[in-house]
Amino acid sequence: MNSESVTTPETYTEAHAAETTGHGDISVGVAGSGDSSASATRITPGNALRPEDIALEVRTGLVKPSEDAAEYALRLGDDALILAQRLGHWISRAPELEEDVALGNIALDQLGHARSFLSYAAGLDEKSEDDLAYFRREHEFRSAHLFEQPNGDFAVTIARQFVVSYYQFELYSRLTQSTDATLAAISAKAVKEVDYHRDHSAQWILRLALGTEESRARIIHGLKLIWPYVGELFVDDELTHRLAEAGTAVEPSSLKADFDRLTGEILTEAELEVPQVPFAPGGGRRGKHSEHLGYILAEMQVLAREHPGASW
Amino acid sequence: MAAQNLQPVPEALSPEEQERAAQLDAEGQAYFDHVMAQDSRIEPKDWMPAAYRKTLLRQISQHAHSEIIGMQPEANWISRAPSLKRKAILMAKVQDEAGHGLYLYSAAETLGQPRDKMMDDLIAGKARYSSIFNYPALTWADMGAIGWLVDGAAICNQVPLCRASYGPYGRAMVRICKEESFHQRQGFEILLELSNGTPAQKQMAQDAVNRWYAPALMMFGPPDDDSPNSKQSMAWNIKRFSNDELRSRFVGMMVEQVRVLGLTLPDSEVRFNDETRKWEHGPLDWEEFKEVLAGRGPCNAQRLERRREAHDDGAWVREAAAAYAAKQARKHAEKEFAA
Amino acid sequence: MTPHGNPEVPASSAGAVESSAAKVPAGPVSEPSASPVIEPSASPVIEPVEIPVSTSSTSGVSTSAVSTSSVSTGSTSEVSTSSTGNVWPLWEVFVRSSRGLSHVHAGSLHAPDAAMALRNARDLYTRRNEGVSIWVVPADAIAASDPDAKGSFFESPQGKDYRHATYYTKSEGVKHL
Ligand SMILES: [Fe+2]
Ligand SMILES: [Fe+2]
Ligand SMILES: [Fe+2]
Repeated sequence: MNSESVTTPETYTEAHAAETTGHGDISVGVAGSGDSSASATRITPGNALRPEDIALEVRTGLVKPSEDAAEYALRLGDDALILAQRLGHWISRAPELEEDVALGNIALDQLGHARSFLSYAAGLDEKSEDDLAYFRREHEFRSAHLFEQPNGDFAVTIARQFVVSYYQFELYSRLTQSTDATLAAISAKAVKEVDYHRDHSAQWILRLALGTEESRARIIHGLKLIWPYVGELFVDDELTHRLAEAGTAVEPSSLKADFDRLTGEILTEAELEVPQVPFAPGGGRRGKHSEHLGYILAEMQVLAREHPGASW
Repeated sequence: MAAQNLQPVPEALSPEEQERAAQLDAEGQAYFDHVMAQDSRIEPKDWMPAAYRKTLLRQISQHAHSEIIGMQPEANWISRAPSLKRKAILMAKVQDEAGHGLYLYSAAETLGQPRDKMMDDLIAGKARYSSIFNYPALTWADMGAIGWLVDGAAICNQVPLCRASYGPYGRAMVRICKEESFHQRQGFEILLELSNGTPAQKQMAQDAVNRWYAPALMMFGPPDDDSPNSKQSMAWNIKRFSNDELRSRFVGMMVEQVRVLGLTLPDSEVRFNDETRKWEHGPLDWEEFKEVLAGRGPCNAQRLERRREAHDDGAWVREAAAAYAAKQARKHAEKEFAA
Repeated sequence: MTPHGNPEVPASSAGAVESSAAKVPAGPVSEPSASPVIEPSASPVIEPVEIPVSTSSTSGVSTSAVSTSSVSTGSTSEVSTSSTGNVWPLWEVFVRSSRGLSHVHAGSLHAPDAAMALRNARDLYTRRNEGVSIWVVPADAIAASDPDAKGSFFESPQGKDYRHATYYTKSEGVKHL
């Protein structure tokens, strides 16, 4: 802490000010006088699999998804994309500034996963993530209804996050073992991030359920609104049969037991019950969507479609 | 809440107490003056003149409010960003601004003002924030112009403040400036892409630059001869350069950069004055500036309402978490007691 | 250590009384308004009377009433369960930037409890890989030395050069010493 107590801690010198104003690299512009290596503001991009890496591999022909894998990647990508679109709305509207940042991080994680999966799926017929995100029509999307549900109040958003993150965690954990190296790699990155999303949602489930009477009523209501869309997540179909057989993916139904057990643990701790509501039929994987998706896409795609072929 | 429990003012001081207090103040002032002369730093618990504290608190809280309100015009475009890459960048950028508000509120809190109180003042319309955020972001190109011009002007302002005499403020600025480094670049890149794009895109970019240029120049504050308090702030090292000085520097940088963009500044009077060695610009509409600052801008009401709504809608969540924490603490205490 | 971003409640210093509390020192009472970000034109923005901390903390100490009042927004145990208690207390965040280094103060944040404070700190202060480990401490749990005692508190080490290797010049040139 010594360098903190002197009168010129990590301050900019005038020379640095001149550099950085014309935007020199500020990350190196702060020469701490003293123990600069202990700085709490040293920033690095880190190194992890980025959507751009997938896109590059696809573009250069290094990898190409099978037709089934591409269709499957679309599902995962669309789920994450629609959720990111929903979560992005919270930034500047969250219950507290700290939560603006927290939800922003989760939205960015989901958007990152979406971009990776879509970049991979796009490799099937030499498209790009943006072709898929902006120029497909509603029935061509493959998102499940859960992800399309409106934010509602904070309790509804947390209820949705709770289901999503516990589902995605089980899914991505298993996909790290996929025989499709790209799906495995994307999942390996995503599962760690989603693990944190689980924690975030569980923390909030506990606080809302055991906080005040009002918050308890709201989270009970939120879970009730969200739960009908849980069923669709665990429905197997022709595609998942084939992928499971090939070792590319797993049957969604195989995730259900762990999902039930782990969400059940949190709900019990929160003194909540699994909502006793019938499951909705879903249909997102076949292009049959909730009423909400049209609006989401209208907003998301409007600008890109005004300028077809433009680059941004 | 606790904020209202102000320190109890002693009813009456005995003559001895008064004398002692005066002596301590004199010592404090002397030390403060010494710190200023050394261009050293004042830390939270140090003695400081009331006016210094008050000015700082206003400056830092206004800056914090600007970061928070400033999220809105850009947040409005997250959902419509025309590519997923741009969407991610914009999200991260707007999220950063929330962080900046947080860092600055924290710095202001060291002066004794709780964030909650500052937020209440903001929502009640009692606090100010940078008037530029009361202009609407009408097109995607505005994301470019805001990043390039508005964040650019902010960086110009803020880099010198990393050496502000108040320690917590300077440290907050260091962190903020590091994070800002990508904000201006991403804005520049958006404009560059547009400028090299279709004619409609280029037109969009030029239009945005035209609209944001003057408000960005006005972010530096009124001309020096109309800024009577600047001198004091500069003496206190919480303002490092005059408004006009910073504005002139900024114009110089923009002149260079706009060429790379292949766009023009909407100002035919920009020139480098060889005598003063400074960049000059055309007249700015300070009447409009004052109008917007006084609440009569295009988006003032909308911006405050959005902040109020978020704050009010979040009240039950904050309550729930606080109540949960209290219950857990009680449970914990009971367990300890039983053990 | 001077934890910044922290109201620095003098938790350790109960005793002497803040005699000159709320007094304004003599001197220029001009009304500076010098935000480089916003230049206020007319009306004052923040009421000066709301600034709770003494303008003269020369005695550096406050009555015990102060340590729970203006500067701390309430420690966890003080959070009321009433329906209006929705202000989260302040936490100080310390980040270890990489293994082998000390935790360094990064800033502060508000959170309802330690668990959330840690998570908020992760989200806020390590978005760019700034850290591998985080500590959070309730701001009002920090005991700070009295800045006004700097004369006496930190005087002793001054002038004791013999604590430093450079004091011993006779061994100059001798290897491995
Ligand atoms: Fe900022
Ligand atoms: Fe910024
Ligand atoms: Fe800023």
